[in-house]
Amino acid sequence: MSAGAPLPHDAAHLHVTGAARYIDDIPVPANCLHLAFGLSQSAAGRITDMDLARVRQADGVVAVMTAADLPFANDVSPAAHDEPLLATGQVHYVGQPVFLVIARSHHAARRAARLGKITIAEETPILTLAEALAANSRFEDGPRIYTKGNAAAAIDKAAHKISGTLHLGGQEHFYLEGQAALVFPQENGDMHVHSSTQHPTEIQHKVADAIGRPMHAVRVESRRMGGGFGGKESQGNALAVACAVAANLTGRACKMRYDRDDDMIITGKRHDFEIQYTAGVAPDGRIAGLQFTHLVRCGWAMDLSLPVADRAMLHADNAYHLTDVEITSHRLKTNTQSATAYRGFGGPQGMIGIERVMDHIAANLGLDPLAVRRVNYYQQGAGQTTPYGQIVEDFILDEMTDTLTVSCDFAARKAQVEDWNRNHPTLKKGLALTPVKFGISFTLSHLNQAGALVHVYQDGSVHLNHGGTEMGQGLFQKVAQVAATCFGLPLQQIKITATDTGKVPNTSATAASSGSDLNGMAVKAACETIKTRIAEHLGAVHGAAADSVVFDGGRVIAGAHSLTFAEAAASAYQARISLSATGFYKTPKLAWDRIKGTGRPFFYFAYGVAATEVVIDTLTGENRILRADILHDAGQSLNPALDIGQIEGGYVQGAGWLTTEELVWDARGRLLTHAPSTYKIPACGDRPKVFNVALWDGQNREDTIFRSKAVGEPPFMLGISAYSALCQAVQACGPTFADLRAPATPEAVLAAVMRTQAGQG
Amino acid sequence: MAQVSMTVNGRAASAEIEGRTLLSTFLRETLHLTGTHVGCDTSQCGACVVHVNGEAVKSCTMLASEADGAEVATIEGQANADGSLNVIQQAFQDHHGLQCGFCTPGMVMSAAALLKENPKPSEAEVRAYLEGNICRCTGYHNIVKAIMAASGQDVSALAAE
Repeated sequence: MSAGAPLPHDAAHLHVTGAARYIDDIPVPANCLHLAFGLSQSAAGRITDMDLARVRQADGVVAVMTAADLPFANDVSPAAHDEPLLATGQVHYVGQPVFLVIARSHHAARRAARLGKITIAEETPILTLAEALAANSRFEDGPRIYTKGNAAAAIDKAAHKISGTLHLGGQEHFYLEGQAALVFPQENGDMHVHSSTQHPTEIQHKVADAIGRPMHAVRVESRRMGGGFGGKESQGNALAVACAVAANLTGRACKMRYDRDDDMIITGKRHDFEIQYTAGVAPDGRIAGLQFTHLVRCGWAMDLSLPVADRAMLHADNAYHLTDVEITSHRLKTNTQSATAYRGFGGPQGMIGIERVMDHIAANLGLDPLAVRRVNYYQQGAGQTTPYGQIVEDFILDEMTDTLTVSCDFAARKAQVEDWNRNHPTLKKGLALTPVKFGISFTLSHLNQAGALVHVYQDGSVHLNHGGTEMGQGLFQKVAQVAATCFGLPLQQIKITATDTGKVPNTSATAASSGSDLNGMAVKAACETIKTRIAEHLGAVHGAAADSVVFDGGRVIAGAHSLTFAEAAASAYQARISLSATGFYKTPKLAWDRIKGTGRPFFYFAYGVAATEVVIDTLTGENRILRADILHDAGQSLNPALDIGQIEGGYVQGAGWLTTEELVWDARGRLLTHAPSTYKIPACGDRPKVFNVALWDGQNREDTIFRSKAVGEPPFMLGISAYSALCQAVQACGPTFADLRAPATPEAVLAAVMRTQAGQG
Repeated sequence: MAQVSMTVNGRAASAEIEGRTLLSTFLRETLHLTGTHVGCDTSQCGACVVHVNGEAVKSCTMLASEADGAEVATIEGQANADGSLNVIQQAFQDHHGLQCGFCTPGMVMSAAALLKENPKPSEAEVRAYLEGNICRCTGYHNIVKAIMAASGQDVSALAAE
C-alpha cells in the first residue's frame, strides 16, 4: 500500500537535477515584458506630486502606470478592500507600491523604478504598539474579548499573583523563491496566470476584478512554490494583478518578480505581539485564574489580521486547562508592512504566552517548570473544555510527555544541567520541555472544503488534480499516495498535475495545515466514484457483486476474473462508462461563532512535545542549541519521511523566530533588516548538534484521510522549547525571574542576564 | 557589449552580452540553464552556486565576463553520462535532503565542491562548509545526512529520518 510509505518528495529527481520549473524558469516569448514597482519612501502622508518623466524616458521602459491608469478594481486585499495595488493619494508605509514600471527587461524595470520623484506631505506615522494603542488606531471597533468563568475573581482569591509582559518579535518568511507571477494574455482578453501562490482562487478573483472580467476569463496555474510558509497566501496578489493589468494594456506576456530586498520591504510578515498576563496561582503551581492582553501589530491594511489574532486567542490555553480565563485582543493598525499569515497563523504567539506564564510561575514559586506544566495539563477523558468551549476529547500529551522524558533521559540531564550551573560561573545551561496542542481547521468554517478531479485513461494511467498547492511540504506526493492506494496502483501510474483553477474551482488557500486533510479526502472521493463505476461494470460482466470487486497490486479482481487495471479501464471505456470524476469534501462537526468566541472551531487537535538543551555565555549573551528531542503526533502518518521533514524544518524555523530572527525598523518606519546580511535565519551550523525526532504511534480519533493528522504548522511551535530553555539558562544567573524578550538574540540574553544578576527581574 | 566564451557542462558557449551581465543571468537567460537559482541577489543564500574551473562560486555576484575562457559546471551537468543521478543527487533524494527544492541545486553544487576537497568530511566539517547555503524548509538535518551518505559514511547514527 502506497499510503504510509516513506517515499521521497514527488519532484526530488527534478530538484536535484535543476529541472524543476519555478515561475522565473518558465520559457517566455521574446517580447515578454518585465515589471517593477516604484515604492513609497515615507511611512505616512499625502502624495502631492508625482514626477515620472525620467521613469518614462528610461532605457527599455514601455509604459508606466499609476492608480489613475487602472481601469477597474485597484484592490489586492484578500477581503477588506483596503489595499490598493497602487497608492491612491495617501501612502501608508515605507515600501508601498505607488507606480508600476513596464519594461523590456527585469533590470530596466528596476532601474527605472528608482527614478520616480514622489512628493509627499509627510504625516507622523504610527509605528509601535504603544503609539497605536494611544491613538486608538485599530481594526474592529474595540478589542475582542473571550471569557470563561470569572478570571478577575479567581485571581483575587488565589494564593499567589504573578504578572508580566512578553515582547515578541515578528518574522520574515524568507521563502527562498521570492514572490513571482507571469501572465500570458489569451484571445478575447482572457488571462492565463502562473503564480507562486498558496491561493490560486484568490489570485483568479483579484485578477478578474482588476481587468473587469468574470472569474471564468482567468485561469491560474501553480505547479510549485519555492517555499511559502503563509507568505504566499495573500502577498502574491499584487504581482499577479500587476502582470494582468500590464498584459491587458500591452497585449504582451508580462512577468514580475521581487528581488530579495524589495520582497522584504514590500510584503507582510508574522505579527509581532506584546502579551501582558496576570495569573492567580495555587501553591502547587495550578493556575486558578488567568488574564491575557494581546497587543497585535497588524500593519497598515487588514489582510488576514483578524483570523490571525483570533487564532492567537484560541491557542492562549495551549495544553492547559483553564477554568477562569479572560483573553483581550487589540488589533492595532500601524504604518508598517501589513502583517500576514505565517506558519501557525497567530497560534505560536498565543501559545508562547502561556508557556511564559508556566516558566514565571515555576521561577516565583520555586517549582520545577515541567511539574508546573503537568499539573496544569488537560485531563484526558474528563470532559474539560477550552476557553472557547470545545471539549478536549483526545488529550494524549501525558503519555507523550512520559515517553519523551524517558527517551531523552530528561530527569538525569536536568540534574546534570543544574550541577553544571552550580560549577560554571560563565556558561549557563538550560533544559526545557514544552508541549504543543494545535487546533486543526480554518477558523472561518466555510473554507474547510476541497475539490478534486481524477481521470483514468484507457491505458490505465491516472491524471490527478486537486485544489491544494505544493510549496515543498510534499502535499502532491501524499495525495498521489492516497490515489494510488485507492486504485491499488503503483505510484508511477499516477500523474501529479499543477494546481489549476480551470480544473478544480473555488478552492481554499493551502493553509491552516489543512492541505492533505482536505484534498486527500476529496481525491479519495473522486477515486471511489470511478472505482464504483468500474466495479459495477466488471461485476455485471463477470457475474460478481460490485462490492466484491477488489483493486490491488495493479489488478482488478471480479469473481474468478483478474484483469490488469489497464484492461479494466479499457473494458469500462468500451462499455461507455465515464472514467472521470470530481471529488468533494467538507470537514464535519464544525460550529464556531468568532464574535462570541464559543463553539467548535477545530475538527481535532495535533500534539507534540519537545525538549531542548541550550547553553548561554553570560558575558556576551551568545547562545547555542545543544540538543533537541521531539515526539510529534501526525496520527497514522501518510508519509513518515515527509512528516519528519516537516517536524525538523518546523522546529528549526520556530527556534529561529525566537532566537536569531530580528526585524528592526528605524524611527521613520524603514525596515533596516531587508536582506539575509542583516536578518539572520538559521544556517546549517545553528541546527541542534543532537537532533532526535520521532513520530507518536497513534491514529487520529477523527475520521481523517487514513486517520492521519495535519503536520504543516504544529511542529513550528516545538521551537518554543528552545526559548524556554534559554529563559531557564538566564534564570540560573540570579534569583529574580528571567525576563527575556523574544527573539532572544545575544543582546536580549545579555540584557536579561544582567537584570537577573542585579535582582531586577 | 562584450564577447564571452566559456565551456558550460562540457559544451562551448559564447555570446555577445552587456559587460555588466552576471554569470547567473548569463546561465539563466542566455543559455536557458534555469537550474541555477537566484535567491537573494547578494551572494548570501547560495542558491546560485556553480563551479568555475572546479571552484564553487556564487554566480549572482560574479560577472559573466570574469568567467571568459573558464570551465563552468552547473546543476544541469551533474548527472552521470547515462542520465542517472550522481551519488550526491541520489543521496539528496534518498535521504529527503530537500523540500521546496529551491536551494537544492546550490546545495548539491556546494556538496560536490566539498567532497572533492575533503572526500570524508566529519559532520562538523559539512556544517561549516554549508554556512553559505541557506535552506528555509528542512532544518538542514537531512541535507547534512545526504552529504555524509554521499561520501560513503554510515549515517544510521544520525537519528532522525
